[in-house]
Amino acid sequence: MSGGRILNVDRLTMRFGGIVAVQDLSFSAEQRKVTALIGPNGAGKTTVFNCITGFYKPTGGAIRLTHDDGRTIALERLNDFRIARQAKVARTFQNIRLFPGMTALENLMVAQHNTLMRASGFTFLGLIGAPTYRSAEKSAIDLATAWLKRVGLLDRADDAAGNLAYGDQRRLEIARAMCTEPALLCLDEPAAGLNARESAALSELLLSIRDEHGTSILLIEHDMSVVMEISDHIVVMDHGVKIAEGTPREVRDDPRVIAAYLGADEEEAMAVMESGS
Amino acid sequence: MTALPSETMQTSRAAGIPFILKKAFLSALVALVLFSLMIGIRTEAGSDGQLTYWTRFGDLASIVGIVFGGSIVIELLRQWLGPTGAEKLVPPAVQRGLSRAGRLLAPALLIFALLVPVIFYNQRYILDLAILVLTYVMLGWGLNVVVGLAGLLDLGYVAFYAVGAYSYALLATNFGWSFWICLPLAGILAAFWGVMLGFPVLRLRGDYLAIVTLAFGEIIRLVIINWQDLTGGPNGVSGIPRPTLFGIPLDNSDDGLAAKLGIEFSATHRIIFLFYLILALALLTNWVTIRLRRLPIGRAWEALREDEVACRALGINTTTTKLTAFATGAMFGGFAGAFFATRQGFISPESFTFQESALVLAIVVLGGMGSQLGVALAALAMIGGFELFRGLETYRMLVFGMAMVLIMIWRPRGLIGHRAPTVYLTKAQAISSDLVKEGHG
Repeated sequence: MSGGRILNVDRLTMRFGGIVAVQDLSFSAEQRKVTALIGPNGAGKTTVFNCITGFYKPTGGAIRLTHDDGRTIALERLNDFRIARQAKVARTFQNIRLFPGMTALENLMVAQHNTLMRASGFTFLGLIGAPTYRSAEKSAIDLATAWLKRVGLLDRADDAAGNLAYGDQRRLEIARAMCTEPALLCLDEPAAGLNARESAALSELLLSIRDEHGTSILLIEHDMSVVMEISDHIVVMDHGVKIAEGTPREVRDDPRVIAAYLGADEEEAMAVMESGS
Repeated sequence: MTALPSETMQTSRAAGIPFILKKAFLSALVALVLFSLMIGIRTEAGSDGQLTYWTRFGDLASIVGIVFGGSIVIELLRQWLGPTGAEKLVPPAVQRGLSRAGRLLAPALLIFALLVPVIFYNQRYILDLAILVLTYVMLGWGLNVVVGLAGLLDLGYVAFYAVGAYSYALLATNFGWSFWICLPLAGILAAFWGVMLGFPVLRLRGDYLAIVTLAFGEIIRLVIINWQDLTGGPNGVSGIPRPTLFGIPLDNSDDGLAAKLGIEFSATHRIIFLFYLILALALLTNWVTIRLRRLPIGRAWEALREDEVACRALGINTTTTKLTAFATGAMFGGFAGAFFATRQGFISPESFTFQESALVLAIVVLGGMGSQLGVALAALAMIGGFELFRGLETYRMLVFGMAMVLIMIWRPRGLIGHRAPTVYLTKAQAISSDLVKEGHG
């Protein structure tokens, strides 16, 4: 397991009019590790996600993605769909965004669009039923089936995604992101709305994705049991700036983090910090 | 315990009476204001040109009374039926039976369509009507790609129909090219204009997209009217060559098909040829659309309708996906246009008004967006049904409009409201229309 950095965020700034959502944020995520981004509500975590995945164009700063082969891509210069296609960054959404009227299997087939599109000769070969496309489609179905089995939804493969239970939808969204075969998987609050048992299963799933597929994971999460259990590295944000980072243990004991979560004002926080150091 | 529910029922119904009366009174008031001038006072130009008028308060009073009573009846019916949708009133056994019949419906319709010229050989009216219905089936299937699958609301579809028709008409009259060369060209040109329309509207969604496509349809029509040198303006293009059977004309000349086959010439031959031509074109549209739905591009169209943001997050190029939807839909519209031109022999801008776009869109919506069979049934109902009511003369539009309203109340998501999955592991189950998005982009 190499310890290279997959993601390097350097002095990222995002302004919306006069509001500074993220200010001079720098952090990095290591390859084949789970990096968590935590912080109170409104800290700017999702904004960081949207900058990384190309939904926002950052006002300033650089986001560099380094692949296994040493290829480095400047994410802030690519726009939306190219980040998923070329940089191999996949994401899930805070409020689940599946294709509700399509079956679970179809959702995973859509995720393999670019591979299948090439195999279908940009539709023309597929239209005449070329054997190359047929075999590509078969292997796409196999990959989708494997992921459905992995997230425990194989028996729901032909059900509409919108009919699945909430926890199942969360897992399906992760499976869909994984079907794009990403190098970096960005999960926006994957445990939101899950019960304790489902959260534990999610932790297990994410760890297996990290260990078996070598996919690096960047995670936003409020559920501290999940964060503390699976994160290798935690970055804490508050009001758009990084206030702490380190291993779960380091972060848990950091007085600034405690202060941010308890909602103490600045003076109190300083007092806590001084007493802590 | 048992008395309690009935008691609450009673109170809710008792509370409903003032509500019903209030609602009926308000409806009657609106009717009074509306009809007092429309019905209550009648004006006419007198013998010397002066304005004469007289009042019809009796008629006015009866109309207001009907509205008052009707409002009470409707409200009572609504309370009795409860808030459940009409669809749920159908027992499951009947629904299963209907779905079984539904599976047989498509092949039955196809066989019937193939046999129409045999059954109605000497009935020119029915053959002409069948050709018209099939033209709209084809247009509906073409627009279904854009509206039903990709969820892009297009109110200017007639533009591509016009482009196709004028492409064939001008190429055939100016250069003397045959129908079979012009047909693909008409499709390509229409697809080109589909992409041209697609580019500026990529960022627009929903209502805004509808308005711009509506304007695009009008622009094409106005250009055709005003570009007199090329299109002949309001006079249109006449003398458009009739299609030939691979070079053999269908007329009573010595080279004609009838002479070559040694049979007696009949004008019906050409009608039947046109019928099978449009049937083949429509079936081609259907086959390609069904194929495309199962290809990555078709799935991307449907995913785009469901959630555009998620598509982008999965690395799907939404720009090209939208443009291919516009181009594919426009191409079929162009084919249909070329057929229209060769059938009519004469085209003018009057055939390509907004009303045509609205009619085709109504067919797609009535059929159930995305459903091929639904669109075919809706075209049959809209075009054929409209002819069916011909006997009602003045009231034709009224009855037709009411039938449409009733169908949309009965089946708000169209005749065939469910969606069939494009791929399955164990068994394909229809997806309820409640889950399928209508598309906002």
